[in-house]
Amino acid sequence: MDIIIEGIKQAVILLFTLDPEVIGITWLSLKVSGIATFISLLIGVSVGTLVALTQFPGRRIVVSLINTGMGLPPVVVGLFVTIFLWRNGPLGFLEILYTPTAIIMAQTVIATPIVMGISLAAIQQLPANLRLQILALGATRLQMVWILVKEARLPLLAAIMAGFGGVISEVGASIMVGGNIKGYTRVLTTATVMETSKGNFDIAMALSIILLLLAFFINAVLTHVQQRERPR
Amino acid sequence: MKRLNRTCSIALIISVMSVVFCALPAIAAQPQHKNIILATTTSTQDSGLLDVLLPVFEKSTGYFVKTIAVGSGQAMAMGQKGEADVLLVHSPDAEKKFMAEGYGVNRRLVMHNDFIIVGPKNDPAGIKGSRSSIEAFRKIASTSAVFMSRGDNSGTDAKEKSIWKAAGINPEGQKWYQQTGLGMGQTLSVAAEKKTYTLADRGTYLALKKNLGLDILVEGDAVLLNIYHVIEVNPAKWPKVNSAGAKAFSDFMVGRQTQDIIRKFGVEKYGSPLFFPDAGKKEDALGK
Repeated sequence: MDIIIEGIKQAVILLFTLDPEVIGITWLSLKVSGIATFISLLIGVSVGTLVALTQFPGRRIVVSLINTGMGLPPVVVGLFVTIFLWRNGPLGFLEILYTPTAIIMAQTVIATPIVMGISLAAIQQLPANLRLQILALGATRLQMVWILVKEARLPLLAAIMAGFGGVISEVGASIMVGGNIKGYTRVLTTATVMETSKGNFDIAMALSIILLLLAFFINAVLTHVQQRERPR
Repeated sequence: MKRLNRTCSIALIISVMSVVFCALPAIAAQPQHKNIILATTTSTQDSGLLDVLLPVFEKSTGYFVKTIAVGSGQAMAMGQKGEADVLLVHSPDAEKKFMAEGYGVNRRLVMHNDFIIVGPKNDPAGIKGSRSSIEAFRKIASTSAVFMSRGDNSGTDAKEKSIWKAAGINPEGQKWYQQTGLGMGQTLSVAAEKKTYTLADRGTYLALKKNLGLDILVEGDAVLLNIYHVIEVNPAKWPKVNSAGAKAFSDFMVGRQTQDIIRKFGVEKYGSPLFFPDAGKKEDALGK
């Protein structure tokens, strides 16, 4: 019990004294996971919508693959990305292993199927007649897609939250491709793991609390946007 | 009005995202030849030694060190594949093999401390005060007292296995022999929680002592010496290795100023040094 109280105390101290290292770690977590979520949003929503609106042979297999990808274990992604980014690996010429860019890459791979799967389900659950109706009113195909995406914005925002929640909290991939380098690729989760193994449970607890606060704040903002206009 | 509001918020989200996006190249654009990848053991990081040494090195040379703290076994595997530039490791037998196979150049002695056998206060196997680690391991095995092993091919793990071998015991698969597969710090925590014996390096033990409740039961045996070497990865095998950086780091580790820092490290906090500097000495002369 002491450790929890001590952790909360430490968290408050670290936050309010604006400890530069902790602020740096927090900012990096936010930046890396934010960018990864944003990229996964671009890929995930467009591919998800495309798959939802088209019929082609093997479609069920593609949908199954996307749904399986939603549960992709971060360590598996971390391992594969590491092997690809090794100096002597296929993408070694990029020289980005153990950089924040590598973490963004891995997290994008983790978040994309999540966003894709939820977008796909969101667009698909719209009534099929809606498409016909929109087209009958003289909309182009592009306009139709845009209207459908707007119609599905509630679940799409949920997709953003799920994607962001998935990557800001993952540790396996970040530690493998980032290396937990002080002041460079150390994010909240990898710092928590390290402080735990150092036996600094109070600081580990403080970092966890900051992570939870951050996740809550982001989700509160997104929920606000999501719930502002309830569809009739 | 509603529409305007929504357009505004979308514009806001996009602009925030693009600002974040533009900040990305700034953190990614580090001159590559300035980077050194140091593969090392968890003990040098968990004890806090590297946090003290690296800023000094980076400031004086301008290099940026990317520390990847893994077990000695994995560190050498990274060196073998050319994925690290320089190694700081403590697994002498594996290091000799690494050198013999031509993966490394310029292996230099940096420092030592020692391993200790720690365990719960009540000491169920009765090993306290034993001068011989082999004797202690035999007692643990014969009383089936639970022993927590790293089991991760690290330097500590290699040392532990060599002691079992010397004791003529094969603990693998025994009910009292458990493996964590974790680093030293976490293995000590597990051992403390489950009140079992384990082999630890003194540096990590002292750094974690306050939370553990494990006692040092066996120490001072010559077998328990824990020796750290710095090895540069052979650039002839892997042309992408930053050999200049590796040499600079290796020189730094055996430099007089560094050795002084190592000598004093931890004295203030733990009352005794965590590591003993050994640059220039012969490995065989240690512990005598």
